[in-house]
Amino acid sequence: MVLGGCLTLPGRGLAQTPAPAAGQTTAQELRDELERLRKEFEAIRDDYGARLAAIESRLATLTPGSTTAGAPQAPSPAGGAAVPPGAAGAGGPTGTLPVYGSQSALSKIFNPDIAVIGNFLGAVGENEIDPAPAFELNEAEATFQAVVDPYARADFFLAFSPEGVEIEEGYLTFPTLPGGLLAKVGKFKQQFGKVNTLHPHQTSWVDEPLALRNLLGGEEGLNDSGVSVSKLIVNPWMFLEATGEVYQGSSGLFASFERSDVSVLGRLRGYRDLTESTNLDVGTSVAYGTNDAGPDFTTRVVGLDATLRYRPLRRAIYQRLLARTELFWSRRGEEGGDVSAFGLYASADYQFARRWFAGARYDWSERAYDASLVDKGPSLLLTFWPSEFSQIRGQYRRTSFAEGVTANEILFQFLFSIGAHGAHTF
Amino acid sequence: MTRLSTYTTWLAAILLSLPLQAAGAVRVVATTEDLASIVREVGGEKVRVDAIARGYQDPHFVEAKPSFIILLHSADLLVLVGRELEVAWLPALITQSRNAKIQPGAAGYLDASLTARIVDVPTGPVTRAMGDVHPSGNPHYWLDPGNGRLIAKAIQNKLAEISPGDAAYFEGRYADFDRRLSEAEKRWTAAMAPYKGTKIVTYHRSWSNFVERFGLDVVDYVEPKPGIPPSPAHQLALVQEIKRQQIRIILVEPYFDLKTPNAIARDTGATVLVMPPSVGGVKEARDYISLFDYNINLLVSAFAKAGAR
Repeated sequence: MVLGGCLTLPGRGLAQTPAPAAGQTTAQELRDELERLRKEFEAIRDDYGARLAAIESRLATLTPGSTTAGAPQAPSPAGGAAVPPGAAGAGGPTGTLPVYGSQSALSKIFNPDIAVIGNFLGAVGENEIDPAPAFELNEAEATFQAVVDPYARADFFLAFSPEGVEIEEGYLTFPTLPGGLLAKVGKFKQQFGKVNTLHPHQTSWVDEPLALRNLLGGEEGLNDSGVSVSKLIVNPWMFLEATGEVYQGSSGLFASFERSDVSVLGRLRGYRDLTESTNLDVGTSVAYGTNDAGPDFTTRVVGLDATLRYRPLRRAIYQRLLARTELFWSRRGEEGGDVSAFGLYASADYQFARRWFAGARYDWSERAYDASLVDKGPSLLLTFWPSEFSQIRGQYRRTSFAEGVTANEILFQFLFSIGAHGAHTF
Repeated sequence: MTRLSTYTTWLAAILLSLPLQAAGAVRVVATTEDLASIVREVGGEKVRVDAIARGYQDPHFVEAKPSFIILLHSADLLVLVGRELEVAWLPALITQSRNAKIQPGAAGYLDASLTARIVDVPTGPVTRAMGDVHPSGNPHYWLDPGNGRLIAKAIQNKLAEISPGDAAYFEGRYADFDRRLSEAEKRWTAAMAPYKGTKIVTYHRSWSNFVERFGLDVVDYVEPKPGIPPSPAHQLALVQEIKRQQIRIILVEPYFDLKTPNAIARDTGATVLVMPPSVGGVKEARDYISLFDYNINLLVSAFAKAGAR
């Protein structure tokens, strides 16, 4: 379009020239006129040429990956962020701060909240039965969370570990169902007890209790694809929630040999505020399904959990206590008959300063395959929070394994989070 | 025939009783006591209000207790502060509330910040190296009475939308609140006028709207960065700055530890004032207007005593 206009213009200009006439003055006039037209044409050419170049360079910047030279550079907003007032003398950075990520918020509008949580572990000491490396970036958990539409929201937790990538959780939640119902579909941590539902960064320890390893399917835990429906039972006395879940049937604890080998789970949870600072949370869960011994053998686990929390509201950022215990009864069907095993842990975590937590835990658990084998031992913990977004934890663990071996270890953990991580459930 | 008519009568009675039940008080849950107080001012006896965070509690760090799920489950309207103040706990409660009316975007979801005047909106890019910054501005905006009026207006409009039959009632209540607030504002402005430009130090950046409205000058914060606890180096720098600028007053929110502010006060001769940023922070701050009455009174007597200028 622009180019065409440019080419037709000179023609139009020439057509307007008066017809040639005889005589010196007319010839001179004609030369002057031609000179004027030539200048006019050059001016128009230069003008349109410049406009064309500007349009081309704009187009180039719109094309992703293009770095055409001469493109008008959008001034990068400051190119860094000013250190906020009040930061001076805090031992933090000075001058402008580097800025990461895109500077155009507009392009992020419909993006989900994205966060990455790093879990770096270290271990010192002897453990012949269950050794962990001296240093390991055990997991990088990427989370993506957003509202899908007016009826649902979606949460994805992808775990990147030395073993590979795993969909730790990926599910859709329907919060607007009638009748006090809340439904979830997808792959998620089964609502069995307390710790099984938590991600590693949500627990008070570096490791997981022995009872979960022995009786709830090991490291993977109860985590499967399925459907969960929970109902709020409204009553004047307490918060009461009943949950029913059906799963594919292949988690750490269960094995599915045919499509109908689904596993099921039921949970009842009660909660009550004792005072504004203290509350009690109790629950019972049961999970049932076929196990890896064969299609005719089943495992049933019953759990009981109790959590006491204390957090004075006026000093909520300085002081809190979380005391928790979980008990598990497992009955596993096998060729040689049923194996009934029991396990428990009891733990307490106390915040004694704004950034400091101290804790202790005791584990005792039989093994699901052989109840005569008992693993047990205490742990002591100390946690430091530089900020809400990172924590450094040390754990002394003494484990007496059924094999007659005792392991004395010190475990370290650095947990750090970047991005917008969604709120956790209580 | 008789049975059928009895049945029809019962059915009619039940159907007639339904709108009567619905015409009861609008059940409102507010995330803070400040918002709850303004809802009470506008809604009067036509609403039933519960607040989640207590006034003496840091609203950034509220636990998402299941007892709040019960409150939200039966709410017709949720009023929140917004600007990421409740981001760490409210979304989980809303999802678990199993209440379609108060989901984000639904008719019963009111973010009170949308019509308020917001300050401290970062103009450049934001990183967490700045501490716990709020990318969409300072969430303590209710501490400007002008914003209290705007919040009340937003609540009036929303209540009228939920309960159209009471629209005139809410309008009257709003007008009355507006009148009382304007009268009180004259009082507060007059009381603070002699201290215009007085330099103070505050613990957290809670008072941006307040100091702007009443002409105070916050020179520095006890926190080196928002949400980051005081460090020895920053404390030392702050002591020097307070001495140099002859600052007499350090404001501390009731939920922060007084150890560092007291130590700074000892080194500088300044006075530590525990000033509640929310209704219910002290028992005298019973509602939105008395919160300002209490705070202005506290400041004016402290300024007078310290001879601050």
